Formats: sequence, C-alpha cells, structure tokens
Amino acid sequence: MSAAAVRIRDLKRTFTLKGVLKGVDLDIAPGEFVALLGRSGSGKSTLLRALAGIDHEAEGTGEIALPPRLSVIFQDARLLPWMRVLDNVTLGLPRASHPRALQALDEVGLGSRERAWPHELSGGEQQRVALARALVREPALLLADEPFGALDALTRIQMHDLLRRLSERHKPAVLLVTHDIDEALALADRIVMLDDGRISADLQVAGRGDRTLIALQRRRLLAMLGVI
Amino acid sequence: MNAISGEILPAPPSLAPPAERATLGPGTPRRHGHLLGPGLLLLYWMVLSATGWLDPRTLPAPWTAITTGADLVREGRLQENLAVSAARAASGLLVGGLAGVLLAFLSGLSLLGGYVIDGIVQLKRGIPILAIIPFMILWFGIGEPMKVAVIAVGAFFPIYIQTHSALRSIDLRYVELAETLDLSRWQFVRRIVIPGALPGFLLGLRFGATAAWLALVVVEQLNASSGIGYMVTLARNYAQTDVMLVGLVVYALLGFGTDSAVRWAERRLLTWRRTLGQ
Repeated sequence: MSAAAVRIRDLKRTFTLKGVLKGVDLDIAPGEFVALLGRSGSGKSTLLRALAGIDHEAEGTGEIALPPRLSVIFQDARLLPWMRVLDNVTLGLPRASHPRALQALDEVGLGSRERAWPHELSGGEQQRVALARALVREPALLLADEPFGALDALTRIQMHDLLRRLSERHKPAVLLVTHDIDEALALADRIVMLDDGRISADLQVAGRGDRTLIALQRRRLLAMLGVI
Repeated sequence: MNAISGEILPAPPSLAPPAERATLGPGTPRRHGHLLGPGLLLLYWMVLSATGWLDPRTLPAPWTAITTGADLVREGRLQENLAVSAARAASGLLVGGLAGVLLAFLSGLSLLGGYVIDGIVQLKRGIPILAIIPFMILWFGIGEPMKVAVIAVGAFFPIYIQTHSALRSIDLRYVELAETLDLSRWQFVRRIVIPGALPGFLLGLRFGATAAWLALVVVEQLNASSGIGYMVTLARNYAQTDVMLVGLVVYALLGFGTDSAVRWAERRLLTWRRTLGQ
C-alpha cells in the first residue's frame, strides 16, 4: 500500500489523435501540485485523458491507481448553457449539496452570480464556475488540462492566484497540464516534463519568490524544451 | 531671390465624427411584429373587395367571412365542427409526436437503434402522405382511426427528424463532462440530452403541427360527416363561397395560432438561448 495519491506504472497508449504514451511512470503525493509540461503532441493531454477515464478511443496497457474522488477542469469551461450557474456547479450532486455549492461559488468570487446563465459571464468567470464545480466535489485529485489557455493574460494571472489559494486551502493532489513554463513555475511544487511519450525530466520547484532562482529554473526548462 | 514659392497648400485633412453606421443585424425585434404581413394582406383584400375589383363569387369580402362566421356560430355549426376537427388534429399530433420523440430517442441514443430505425424512417420519408391514404383506408377503415392515423403520420416525420438531428448534434464535450462528473445514464439523459434536444424538438413540433392541420384538411375532405373540412365540402356542393371562406379563415387562424403557441413555449423554455432574431 503506497502513500501516493496517484500511481502510474508503464502506461502506454497508442492510436490516439493527439499523441502516444510509450511507458510513463509517475507518482503524485497527496496534496502535491504537479505541473506536466511538454510541447504539443508530447502526450500531455493523452496522459490526462487516460487518468480522467475519457480516452475511450485509445488503446494501451499499464497500471493506474487513482483516488476515488477526482475532478477534471478542461480548457473550455464546459458549462451547460441551459443551466444556471448554481445548477452547473451541482450537476450530478444531490440537492443537499446546494449550500456547499454556494460556498464554492463564494470562494471563486462569484457568490452573487448563482442565478446567472453561463452566457452572461465572461470567459474568466466561466472558468471560475468550472473551478467551483470541481472543488465542490472535494476531490483528492484535481486534473486540469490547460485550464487557462483560452484566457487573456491578466485574467490568467488572477486565475493563477485563485487556483494557488484554493489548492493550498483544500489540498487536493493536482496534475496541471500546461505548455506555459511561467504558469508551471508559478503554481507547481514539482514539474514533470513529457517528451515524445516519455517522462524526460522530473524536478522540484525551488525558491518560490526568489526571482533569481526562478529565472534560473526557467532557463533550464526552456533549454530542456529546446527553445534556447 | 528669396521669393516665396507660390505653392497652394492643400486643405488640412478634415476630421469628421464617426460615421453613423447602419446595423447589419436585423435590429431590435418588436412585439407582435409578425402580425404585420397578415395585416397587410388583409388590408389589400379589403381594398379590393370594397372597390368592387374582387367579385364576391370569386372570393367574398373579409367582412362577409365575419358575418357568415357569426351566423354559423349562432347556429352552432362552426363550434361543433371546429371541436371535432381540433380533437382529430390534437390526437393525431399527440400520437405522431409521441412516436416521433420516442423513436428519435431510441435511434439517437443507441447505435443499433439508429441503424434499425433511422434507415426505415429515411426510406419512408420519401413517400408523400397522400400516397399512403389508400393503404390507411385499407388498414383502418374509413372512420376516425384512419383520420387520426394519417394526421399522426404527417406530424411524425418533422418531429422525428428534427429531434433526432438535435440529439445527434449534442456536443461530445458535454458527454465527456458527464463522464468525469460520474453522471448516471438517467442523469445524463435528463440533464444533457433532453435540454440539448429541446430546441430541435420544438422546431419539429412547429412543422409537425402545420403538417397535422394539412393532413386534417385532406382526410376531412375525403370522407367525413363532421369537421371543418366536411363543412367546406358541403358548402362547395351548394356553391356557398362565404362558408367555404369561413372554413379557410378558420384553418388559417388555427395554423397561425398553433404556431404562435409553440413559439411562445419556445421563448419560455429556451430563455438560456441568445440568437439572432430573438
């Protein structure tokens, strides 16, 4: 019995549209915030979809052990347009969860918008509703697939702060798929790099708040990605 | 030497307030705006009748329709026949609508259902409703069941086709979402499939109601001893153009009324939608 929240062994996926996995091993500790970094086509999304259990089209082998309660945040907020904000948050949950959902909306700063329709919200607000929908399920693991990729730069910074605060408070294990090095450095405890379906690097983020240290790590990651 | 060159400077480019641009969208909709077309048509008809350009034997004046209609109501014939016709159309629409929705869900939600049902429906769709009436008479006789069956078949197709295509076009991303939220199959149908297919169903219902009235006219003029169609057929035999006209006006009002009712329901049920022209 391992103490890990997530345990992946020799995960292989073929025949997917976006990328293949050629044997991935990865452990995530409870409450650990891991950013999965990689170029497009490296298999990041394939790995996340395998964990989320929505890769029906893929074939593969390997072992995945996950906590029973997990939430997924997609790149688009994926709110149902015919449901008001509160109903989107409680989708699939019993009626008794409404107070908790209102609290989650409060936490993402949308406490007064529970009666709004999704189309009345901005892109950033919609993604915050998606965050509330994920949190209200009290996940032990939060899977996020480039959740801020479609937002403008200023909104993205606000969302980084929000996600960091919320993950510190609720302490889920987080796997954040991103291609944004700065986002990974700003949020994660640990950065795992995926290259051509294999994990090519696995490093702890050191010295958050120390600009020089972050800049050094940034250069190193850029070099690893072959950008500089 | 130092001559000032006699160059004429061009006038400075003048600044202007931003152009008043006409909107390319249809603009703000007005309440009851869709009454304009029918109103204009009525006005045209009234002018033609009043000036005598229109022979009352060809088409009586609109006010004749009203007075004759009032007479028919006083005699009790109009409401009696109207009730019979409305009941026929309603039961046909109900049967056809239920069958359309049920089969659309069966073929939209399961692959096998789609292979079996949709192929048959597409094949059957090519046959005009009038062509099946002889068979309907053979199977159901010439009484009420045949009439309801023909109306039901007429209403079935648009409702099935629109509901089915709405079901099939539900975004796959929502299916993924439902999976990650661990929705049960029933929750998935109730929360995602039904609301997602509702706009298509309502569109189909509008076409289906029109088709039901159309089928009603046909079956009532074929063989009936009651109903608006029967009233019109009888009037034709006696060359009572004013009664025939009342029948037409009633059909028009019924069709228009049904369509408005469905559109009203659409506005109430689809408040979440924001589209051009709503």
